[in-house]
Amino acid sequence: MIEIEDLHKSFNGYEVLKGVSLGIEKGEILVLIGRSGYGKSVILKHIAGLMRPDRGRIVVDGKEIGKLSGKALTQLRSRLGFLFQGNALFSSLTVFENVAFPLKEKTRLGNAEIRERVLYELDQVGLSGAEKKYPSQLSGGMQKRAALARELVFEPEIMLFDEPTTGLDPIIGHAILNLIDSLHKRLDFTSIIVTHEIPKVFEIVNKVAMIHEGVILIVGSPEEIISSEDPIVRQFIRGEVEGPISYR
Amino acid sequence: MVLRTMGLMGVFLVKAFFYSVIPPLKFYRVLKQIRFIGMQSTLVIFLTGAFSGMVMALQGFYTLNRFGSEAFLGPMVALSLIKELGPVLSGLMVTGRAGSAITAEIGIMRISDQIDAIELMGLNPLRYLVVPNLIAGIIALPLLTAIFDVVGILGGYMVGVKILGVGAGTYFGEMANYVEMKDILEGIYKSLSFGVIITWVCCFQGYYTGVRGHGAEDVSKSTTRAVVLSSVLILVWDYFMTAMLF
Repeated sequence: MIEIEDLHKSFNGYEVLKGVSLGIEKGEILVLIGRSGYGKSVILKHIAGLMRPDRGRIVVDGKEIGKLSGKALTQLRSRLGFLFQGNALFSSLTVFENVAFPLKEKTRLGNAEIRERVLYELDQVGLSGAEKKYPSQLSGGMQKRAALARELVFEPEIMLFDEPTTGLDPIIGHAILNLIDSLHKRLDFTSIIVTHEIPKVFEIVNKVAMIHEGVILIVGSPEEIISSEDPIVRQFIRGEVEGPISYR
Repeated sequence: MVLRTMGLMGVFLVKAFFYSVIPPLKFYRVLKQIRFIGMQSTLVIFLTGAFSGMVMALQGFYTLNRFGSEAFLGPMVALSLIKELGPVLSGLMVTGRAGSAITAEIGIMRISDQIDAIELMGLNPLRYLVVPNLIAGIIALPLLTAIFDVVGILGGYMVGVKILGVGAGTYFGEMANYVEMKDILEGIYKSLSFGVIITWVCCFQGYYTGVRGHGAEDVSKSTTRAVVLSSVLILVWDYFMTAMLF
């Protein structure tokens, strides 16, 4: 469903992605791991069409993202959900208004229908009763769930999660991953998760890809990654300070 | 780099005007921004206008007194305010009060991915963030300038007539003789263009926050840049407009 071929991207002369190639099948849930600053979020933003590659291409359902513009890009984006690392909730709107925003702007649904849809999605993410609160009045985990509810109102076919558990305590972090798992089972979306929540995330994904120094070092099932003999993979998975990856 | 930024700014303005005339227009946001840029600036405009008129009357009286021409105090205060000080000072005040806030708001939305989120919803961020400000600026600035002018003329009246003893009939009578419609139109044209300059520059700087730096630091840089650039552009454009309209 998503094909990334030889993706290159530089920022201010520094090449972050040096030829990333990766494929994700329909309905699959893949976790992208790797050190901070190695371009994991950049890959997600390329898939969403928020960045243009310097070289290489990204194909979603046979359509090359880099060549889409206007209505075609909007159409593709309407099938896609993106949970940003910082949630990207509109701070001047309540939780209800945040979740209702895309419905009000993109559909002709009446107020009663919008209300019903919003309350349903908030219930699905365990936020019933919080609809009148502003994002600043919510905890990190609640903000994450509110942002997730907003992404789910159109039942996306593709969901991109950019570090959904960052900044959350382990219990809330695990609860968010469990929520993603249950939503995946309900909606059957194709998904990429960027996270450092290892090994917990391995319980909910089909495939793991590790990015290292601008390229995909390894792709495999969680079991294959855990049992990998590659010293870089082993060091990263175990979080060891000593090894081929320098922590400086 | 400068040329690229100028090009980007030009394209940004053309797009903003394009989306202003192509529906759908976000009426509620336009009204909200008229309230923010216009209504909430009235106090600062009132104070600036009053004291500008008062000081103009004070300075003008003693200067005209040397030539025995105090009778022209009214037209001098009115013409200075209507043609120059009204539009320019209103523009500078709105830049400081509302323009900086617009840049900071859009800049924070940029660095917290809210603009990307709008784009991913298949919506056009320019329609939500820029067009309402542009239209509100075009509507609010002439109205604020009119308030500035009226309050300034009344401030000049208080000093010139009530304190310095110029006749009330002379003050307003000579004003009616010398102030023409084209003078008022000059002020209106200027304030309209300043409304465009302020909202264009401030929205642009906010929209492209994060391109040159990171996080909060870049929001502060964008805000400073927006205020300085808007203010300088107002003064430069004022000169060219005055040269063209004379």
